[in-house]
Amino acid sequence: MSYRKELGQRGEEFVAQHLESTGCEILDRNWRVREGELDLVAQTNQGVFLFVEVKTRTSRKYGDPLEAIDAKKAQRLQKLALAWLMTHNAWDEPFRIDCAGVIFDTTEQKFVLDYRVGVL
Amino acid sequence: MAIASVAAISLFGLAGEVVQVEADISDGIPSYILLGLPDAALSESKDRVRSAIVNSAEPWPNRRVTVALSPAWLPKSGSGFDLPIAISLLLAQGAISESSTHQSIFLAELGLNGELRPVRGILPALLAAKRMGYTKAYVARANRIEAGLVEGVEVIHAAHLKELLVVLRGGVLDTQMGQVTGVPVVAGRSADLSDVAGQPQARRAMEIAAVGGHHLLFIGPPGTGKTMLAERIPSILPPLDREGALEVAAIASIAGKFLGATELPTLPPFLAPHHSATAVAMVGGGSHFIKPGLCSLAHRGVLFIDEAPECSSGVLDALRQPLESGAVSISRAIGNVTYPAEFLLILAANPCPCGRYSGRGRGCTCSALQIRRYLQRLSGPILDRIDIRVVVETPSRIEMAHTGGGEPSESVRTRVVAARERATVRFQGMGWKLNSKIPPRELRQRFTAEKSAMNLLHQRLEKEEISARGFHKILRVAWSIADLAEHERPNLDDVELALQFRQSLGEFV
Repeated sequence: MSYRKELGQRGEEFVAQHLESTGCEILDRNWRVREGELDLVAQTNQGVFLFVEVKTRTSRKYGDPLEAIDAKKAQRLQKLALAWLMTHNAWDEPFRIDCAGVIFDTTEQKFVLDYRVGVL
Repeated sequence: MAIASVAAISLFGLAGEVVQVEADISDGIPSYILLGLPDAALSESKDRVRSAIVNSAEPWPNRRVTVALSPAWLPKSGSGFDLPIAISLLLAQGAISESSTHQSIFLAELGLNGELRPVRGILPALLAAKRMGYTKAYVARANRIEAGLVEGVEVIHAAHLKELLVVLRGGVLDTQMGQVTGVPVVAGRSADLSDVAGQPQARRAMEIAAVGGHHLLFIGPPGTGKTMLAERIPSILPPLDREGALEVAAIASIAGKFLGATELPTLPPFLAPHHSATAVAMVGGGSHFIKPGLCSLAHRGVLFIDEAPECSSGVLDALRQPLESGAVSISRAIGNVTYPAEFLLILAANPCPCGRYSGRGRGCTCSALQIRRYLQRLSGPILDRIDIRVVVETPSRIEMAHTGGGEPSESVRTRVVAARERATVRFQGMGWKLNSKIPPRELRQRFTAEKSAMNLLHQRLEKEEISARGFHKILRVAWSIADLAEHERPNLDDVELALQFRQSLGEFV
């Protein structure tokens, strides 16, 4: 596995752990259709479906990880979220799209999480 | 604090409006939205501001940023909003405290490295800020002299955003920074009238024109000194008072012609556009920023158009409105702007296309028809507004051989100032100051000439040698002649001279 893919997966894993620690249940990882991929799908203990886009970087040198999410990407995430709900027969359930920016500090071997709730 | 507001000024003509720059930083994907009808230069501010903040080692909010320029309906232009936007973003992030920006105006462009760059129109902008009760202004160092002209506003200038932030955080003022006081008010230099040999008639005409603000037409062959004479008119006009000099500087500032000035000149401006100038260049214009034209830049000074008959048709006629009202009103899609334009119009023309039809006209190669048509290119309405017409001949042998030089500007100016003083006293409380501005009715009732002189004018009027408008114009010039001669009221000689100045074109037109 390439370094970048591995970094991305470790970032997603880190966010998944964070979600579980707040009482969410992870329903799906890397759910993939022709239009694209959802990094994480979860459900809160209040029953709200969460679709989380995770962006992982090793530094802010090339900008904040979340800056990589532009209008096109945001639109795609919304479509994918609806597609997921449709295929899982949950199209009228409450849901939310969150974004998580993860910085992996290579010197301290630590993840730093910037979690933004319901931004799209 | 995620919301902050900072004041700036948006200029519309010479009038300024306070614009509140509001910044809101909220959770969300990093984005930047600028609201409030920005023009192209202002829309680009985002990337300048971001680089400037990051390169000044200040925090950039990697969140959802909304910047709104209020009032939202007012179209805004220019790069002067860079600094207030940057400050509002830092304020919204809590990087500086709110109390530090109280009662302050911010105006400067930002370089990518955080450098503060000058913007045009600082002077009128700060005059507006002062009217609205602001007491402090933060500007680029290159704008400091101009900003310092506005009394009653404390000017803080800096070369770099970092430097400015030191001040906003309560740091000590660098010796180079802080209040600008005592911008020197200087006379300014102009060529002197003593350089001109001879030309008694033209000199007399200039002096009278300077006293009463009468427009002037020089006619003469090339090389007789028409341009030389016209260039020296500012030197015989009374120097501008502080208020007038500020007004002139404010217009120049909007046109971007005052950047880097270190002093306030009191010499009336002199503008000599080439005869290929367009009507828009003359009166002003532009689509999203309405620039002042040449006639506004010549406000309180002299507008000299050499080779006037060569001007494209319509260009001189565009000057009719400012000549009449002392202001130009320019309307474009974004709105209507009025600039002051009270100037002394000096036209110069050759007597004929080849230029040699004067004296005995021996060298002239033009046909009679060409000669007749040449000056007719100056339209009737424009010629009608020219009160004094004078033929400039080649100086004689004796005049050229005279080595003493002509009378210097200073002594002429002393007479002009004294004559204007008489007029000012006479017109106290009447709403005008110059003889050329006496309303027609007042000319017939209160400001008539001596009886014999009036009889002469009435005779001429009856013989249809002069028009009713000409009648009033002649009287106005006669008053300026009388003021120079210290006569109580224009006498027969004064009126005859005025009549001569009005008619001396007989042989050409």
